[in-house]
Amino acid sequence: MSTAATTVKPVMPAKHYLNDNYGIRSWLLTKDHKRIAILYLCTITFFFFLGGMFAALIRLELLTPEGDLFHSDTYNKLFTMHGVNMIFFFLIPSVPAVLGNFILPIMLGAKDLAFPKINLLSWYIFIVGAGFGLAALIGGGVDTGWTFYTPLSTGYVRTPVIVLAVGILIAGFASIFTGLNFIVTTHRMRAPGMTWGRLPLMVWANYAASLIMILGTPVIAITLILVALERGFHIGVFDPKLGGDPVLFQHMFWFYSHPAVYIMILPGMGVISEIVTCFSRKRVFGYTFIAFSSIAIAVFGFVVWAHHMFVAGISTYSALVFSLLSFAVAIPSAVKVFNWTATMYKGSVSLETPMLYALAFIGLFTIGGLTGLFLAALGTDIHIHDTYFVVAHFHYVMVGGMVTAYLGGIHFWWPKMTGKMYPEAPAKLAALITFIGFNLTFFPQFILGYLGMPRRYHAYPPEFQVLNVLSSAGASVLAVGFIMPLVYFLWSLKFGEAAGDNPWDAKGLEWQTTSPPPTHNFHEVPIVTEDPYNYGEEANVVH
Amino acid sequence: MEFKLPLFPEQASSVAGQVDAFYLFLVLLTTFFSLLIALMIVFFIIKYRKRPDHKAEQIHGSTLLEIVWTAIPLGISMIIFVWGAVLYYHLQNPPKDALEIYGVGKQWMWKFQHPGGQREINTLHVPTGRPVKVTLISQDVIHDFFVPAFRIKTDVLPNRYMHTWFTPTREGNYHLFCSQYCGTNHSGMIGEVVVMKPEDYAEWLASGKAEGSMASMGEKLFQEFGCTTCHRPDAGARGPSLLGLYGRPVRLSDNRVVIADDNYIRESILNPNAKIVSGFQPIMPTFQGVVSEEGLIQITEYIKHLSQQDSEPLSNRSNPAVLRDTEVPTIQQELKGRGNEPAAPSGKKP
Repeated sequence: MSTAATTVKPVMPAKHYLNDNYGIRSWLLTKDHKRIAILYLCTITFFFFLGGMFAALIRLELLTPEGDLFHSDTYNKLFTMHGVNMIFFFLIPSVPAVLGNFILPIMLGAKDLAFPKINLLSWYIFIVGAGFGLAALIGGGVDTGWTFYTPLSTGYVRTPVIVLAVGILIAGFASIFTGLNFIVTTHRMRAPGMTWGRLPLMVWANYAASLIMILGTPVIAITLILVALERGFHIGVFDPKLGGDPVLFQHMFWFYSHPAVYIMILPGMGVISEIVTCFSRKRVFGYTFIAFSSIAIAVFGFVVWAHHMFVAGISTYSALVFSLLSFAVAIPSAVKVFNWTATMYKGSVSLETPMLYALAFIGLFTIGGLTGLFLAALGTDIHIHDTYFVVAHFHYVMVGGMVTAYLGGIHFWWPKMTGKMYPEAPAKLAALITFIGFNLTFFPQFILGYLGMPRRYHAYPPEFQVLNVLSSAGASVLAVGFIMPLVYFLWSLKFGEAAGDNPWDAKGLEWQTTSPPPTHNFHEVPIVTEDPYNYGEEANVVH
Repeated sequence: MEFKLPLFPEQASSVAGQVDAFYLFLVLLTTFFSLLIALMIVFFIIKYRKRPDHKAEQIHGSTLLEIVWTAIPLGISMIIFVWGAVLYYHLQNPPKDALEIYGVGKQWMWKFQHPGGQREINTLHVPTGRPVKVTLISQDVIHDFFVPAFRIKTDVLPNRYMHTWFTPTREGNYHLFCSQYCGTNHSGMIGEVVVMKPEDYAEWLASGKAEGSMASMGEKLFQEFGCTTCHRPDAGARGPSLLGLYGRPVRLSDNRVVIADDNYIRESILNPNAKIVSGFQPIMPTFQGVVSEEGLIQITEYIKHLSQQDSEPLSNRSNPAVLRDTEVPTIQQELKGRGNEPAAPSGKKP
């Protein structure tokens, strides 16, 4: 098969979803999940670079111990807007709304998601929410931290908190609609023969994340409404001056925001499962265990929230219970890492760009996950809570893990999404630069944290400077690694070679259709007769 | 720029070594597993690299392996859990004989008061070799009392007392950080913990001219606010007697029994109707906004003394009063000042 691919130069199909229709209306009123995915892609890429710009300014300020570049209020706004942008307007929609939206229906052999209009509505809702976010930014920015802790956020700061809260609230509905769509599609729209045991692991992971989206997101909505009511109308819920309890806010906030971490990471894990098995030319090791570990993470993820609050005034006994449960959620993640590694065993491993990102993910996620144990363990958490150790851990999971998975997935499915190949050499270089830059940025922060540097510090004692300079230097390398893909992906749209239907010689229904796929994904409804990842045997999907 | 690259902060408390040992164990564990995964990946990349004469061998998985690599991490994580829990339990329960110091956090400073009445701002003097319990409350938003050299930290809440404790072991000056983001000057809310030899500490306390012990200040407030009118130790009193109250169980009118601790006393002053003692009427007015946080702490300290000592007036035993630090306002000044203090900013202005 691969010889055929090299001898016959692939050509773009005559008709596909991108040239089916032209004009701005055909995009803004589209009900095609693939086009909506592209709309999301453009939107969140904007927010990624916006959030990245804030990060760059933060690292610039932290080059010197004195708070000399910005006023402390400006600095506080920078880290707040960095966090809010990256979490609510980039990470949460990243894999589900872009890659999942594009690939999940095709993987299932469906024509579209179950509710195409709701899918488009979700993008519009997201735009409105993100618009409020931008309005808060243009209106001066918010300085509460992305965690909105009360009573600071409700009674003390003088920035447009309510506008930003409304933005996040609205964007949350986009996430609920996407989750709803994925769940119904997975249940109702599978092609003949696509049993639950044959679902690609990407689908399992997005399914698990969707469960959290529809069960967890309403809680953040309620919490933000209460914050707005207290701030705007002095209805006392969280502020002790009004008879409220500030710790209640933390319970409600983390009840969503901890599972939200799994909304972010689970779909990324799905991407990694797809990539590792493809570039090892081998069936995934322990399919059932990877699939069910996703569900286990989603379930356990709901009962660990108070591990963010070990020093915040919860009782010793609840701290013990939440610590124990937090270790329980670590196990399924470990199982996944072992299974991905074992998938390479006796495989036929090649190192194309998606695989480089996948391997980087496994390594960085392992470190991110293991350092989570330091924070779940009560004895060490007292010391490192709210220090740079937490910042480093979080970024190892969210950037080293999630952003890496997202980039790996974009490279993996770019040929399918656009029909064009990205240039391999600069892509590999970018992956390498990202990996080096990332570690240089965030590894010193583990040490900084243990030394005791608190997070969200605008100025710091001079003995922390060496590590901060290293971190800022790393950030500049990381920036190069992130800007490069933007350049060569855009370049490939015009100059890239036609990819052909299956450039990776991969299994899975998405590779059976043309690149880019036709508007209704398949010319004929596919019938599935084999297990997923059936590498090493001839494909026998009957058309 | 200082070109030092330490990996651990100084160890200046009795638990620092224990926390570091636990941390080191976790570092070794993390290093071992990260290297294991990384080396396996590198090994597989080289050994099973794609080449023409090599075809992947299809393996579905192995239930035995799955059980092994579920059970081993589970076992290890239980060890970590127990180890961490034991340390935490130790850190959450201050010894009974601890020296008690009170602290109030506000945007963006720390105020401390020693039992003898000595006050400090952004500096805390403590002796070596003796457990020190710090009881903390915030006047506004949530702050956090963090001393890296002691490996201890606690959030400081605006609505109830939080505690932390440590036994300093090495003299020196150590960082005190606010580590819960608290607004504009969060990174400026830093201070210093000065650990001294016990004799130096005693000397320092003596040189610090306090206006009286905390309990005697509390007693003054107690009389000033007219608390004695009702809270008398005789049968006809309208309020329950406070003699021997502290730390003892109290039966409430709804038959619940609560322990009369710092938080109970604070709540009973600020929100008297929240918990009515059995046999009494809800007639006490609230003192919300009347007594400062420091005043509340002093009154609590006075009530505590009522249960510890005989009824000799405390003022007889304390030192004559002159402020040690002229920057520190007296409670009376503070009380007067409270009248023209601006209200909390409203959130409506964007």
